[in-house]
Amino acid sequence: MMGVKDAGEKLSLMARLKKGDEVAYLITFASALSIILVTCLLVEHLWVDSALSRQAFGWKFLATSTWDPVTDVYGALPFIYGTVLTAFLALVWGVPVGIGAAIFLAELAPRRVSNVLTFMIELLAAVPSVIYGLLGIFVMLPILTKYVVPVIQKLFGFLPIFKGEFYGVSYFSASCVLAIMIVPFIVSISREVLLAVPQAQREAMMALGATKWDVTWKSVVPYAQRGMIGSVFLALARALGETMAVTMVIGNVPQIRASLFAPGYTIAAVIANEFTEASGNLYISALIELALVLFAVTMIINALARLLMLGMKSQEGGH
Amino acid sequence: MRTRIDYLRTHCGVAILVRTLMIRRLLLLAAFTVSATVPSFSQQVNLTGAGSTFAYPLYSAWGSEYAKLHPGIQINYQSIGSGGGIRQVSSGTVDFGGTDGPMTDVQLADAQKNLGTDILHFPIALGADVPVYNIPGVKVDLNFTANALAGIYLGKITKWNDPEIAKANPGVNLPANDIIVCHRSDGSGTTFIWVDFLSKISPEWKTKVGVATSVNWPVGVGGKGNEGVAGFVRQTPNSIGYVELIYAVQNKMSYGQVQNAAGKFIKASLNSVTAAAAGAVKNMPNDFRVSITNAPGAGAYPISSFTWMLIPRNPKDKTKAAALKAFLIWGITAGQKECEPLTYAPLAKSVVDKELAALKYLHY
Repeated sequence: MMGVKDAGEKLSLMARLKKGDEVAYLITFASALSIILVTCLLVEHLWVDSALSRQAFGWKFLATSTWDPVTDVYGALPFIYGTVLTAFLALVWGVPVGIGAAIFLAELAPRRVSNVLTFMIELLAAVPSVIYGLLGIFVMLPILTKYVVPVIQKLFGFLPIFKGEFYGVSYFSASCVLAIMIVPFIVSISREVLLAVPQAQREAMMALGATKWDVTWKSVVPYAQRGMIGSVFLALARALGETMAVTMVIGNVPQIRASLFAPGYTIAAVIANEFTEASGNLYISALIELALVLFAVTMIINALARLLMLGMKSQEGGH
Repeated sequence: MRTRIDYLRTHCGVAILVRTLMIRRLLLLAAFTVSATVPSFSQQVNLTGAGSTFAYPLYSAWGSEYAKLHPGIQINYQSIGSGGGIRQVSSGTVDFGGTDGPMTDVQLADAQKNLGTDILHFPIALGADVPVYNIPGVKVDLNFTANALAGIYLGKITKWNDPEIAKANPGVNLPANDIIVCHRSDGSGTTFIWVDFLSKISPEWKTKVGVATSVNWPVGVGGKGNEGVAGFVRQTPNSIGYVELIYAVQNKMSYGQVQNAAGKFIKASLNSVTAAAAGAVKNMPNDFRVSITNAPGAGAYPISSFTWMLIPRNPKDKTKAAALKAFLIWGITAGQKECEPLTYAPLAKSVVDKELAALKYLHY
């Protein structure tokens, strides 16, 4: 007895609830609402608890670089710089690798190879970040110090971003670890999206005489680009918020340096390091304000990226 | 007619009855005796504490040992960091706190306002920081003067063959390499001890940087935890860092000797750290809120510190308070034998005597 109302008859709420549709609507609506509520509560809490610091420093907090718990002077600029820089670099290394791997696994590889490799890459997504941090310290840093960085400095050492002493811990090392961590996200989601492209698209291109690579690059990938960009957002979110792996390989020095090989600091790392021992009210408030700043930075970057995507969409007149 | 079996049955029955009664009586008597010898905590008392991660293994060992001796008492300690310990005991969430750095006057005043009573400090054990380094070609234990350490951490002394380091190590071939400095990135009592020592021996450090569990370091890279610093130093040639003595001993690291106030170069050990406490007891204030870095005494290791138990002077729950006081007394006397197996330096006898005398300040 589902569905059909008599024309013109309005059912009461109780009668509507008896039909499954209304109940399903309410339950799913409640689920969506609860997530928004939790986010709002979180932001409200961050706002209220950072009041002391906001009153003490105002907008200067975002522009100064001193972080001194002894004299209670706090400035967030080095942390914002470090967070944005490491996330951006992680995307620079990680997105080409991730998208390339996804295209290979979805379109070009034989089915058996694809299944095995996909399984292994998706396992990587489940590895806890502390493990990545340990791998970073004990495996990646020596490799970078001995093989990678000397080569880069020999070839490109004249560029200011590659100047300076390298002690292992640096923005560069942190972004390499982050890149390794975000690639599985990009690969697994992009691969799913590419596999979902209708076969008709591929057949149409092939009927026009395109090669396999033409089909992939000019037909399948553009069709799937919304999903792939979505996976990049997810990866970016992880890179911005990653704490343990970053704090183990970034050097934890609140400074702003042009060189990628200098040690630095990120917002998540400083909160993780200093929150448990922070015992002054202004100190704790400043750390919570940093959390609020991270939230804001994430929102702004996501908004900018979506604006960029809208711009791209209107250019292509696409799907 | 009563048969033998009947007789036996009756008698056995009585005998069994009597025996049962006797056994029950004996048991009751035994129970009374036992409970009379064991101090009067026959009801369950749960004491909660929180704070210093440095002292956590000790509180943990004490908790289990004490529970064996006094089965009614359960002690639960959460290692959330000294800052957290101070906050929780000041708000009354826990019965006692553990901290590696004494509370400041401001924190004490806040606690007074919140709880309505003072918080008292009682040292329970000692810890120390040691300098660890990695210099290619140098395998011996280096001697560091106090000025050398201050200069390195201020960024004034930048090369290993600087005269300040070389003059204390005649005959050691120190290379002309840049010193790479490592410190703790996370707030910690270990950092507190280190910067407290540097503040005492270097006026420039005191004005420029200051003392706290987290400071604005002039130079150097931050490692997370003792393991972060040790790992960085181990992997980076020409680096120097500081770690807890316990960590260095348990991980069999080599570390340098530091010059104390008496001019001698001392290697940190349980004995030299306890000697620092003994040396400092003369000038120790009655509230025990004192730093014992750079303590006087020929055998004293200069970068040592107490770890304190924070106890409210006049708490509301008197049963818990009495249990806590008994636990503290046990801890600073019989409990000190748990220190050495865990590589904590035990309290010097003069300090224990002073603490037992100070117990009268507890209002129960």
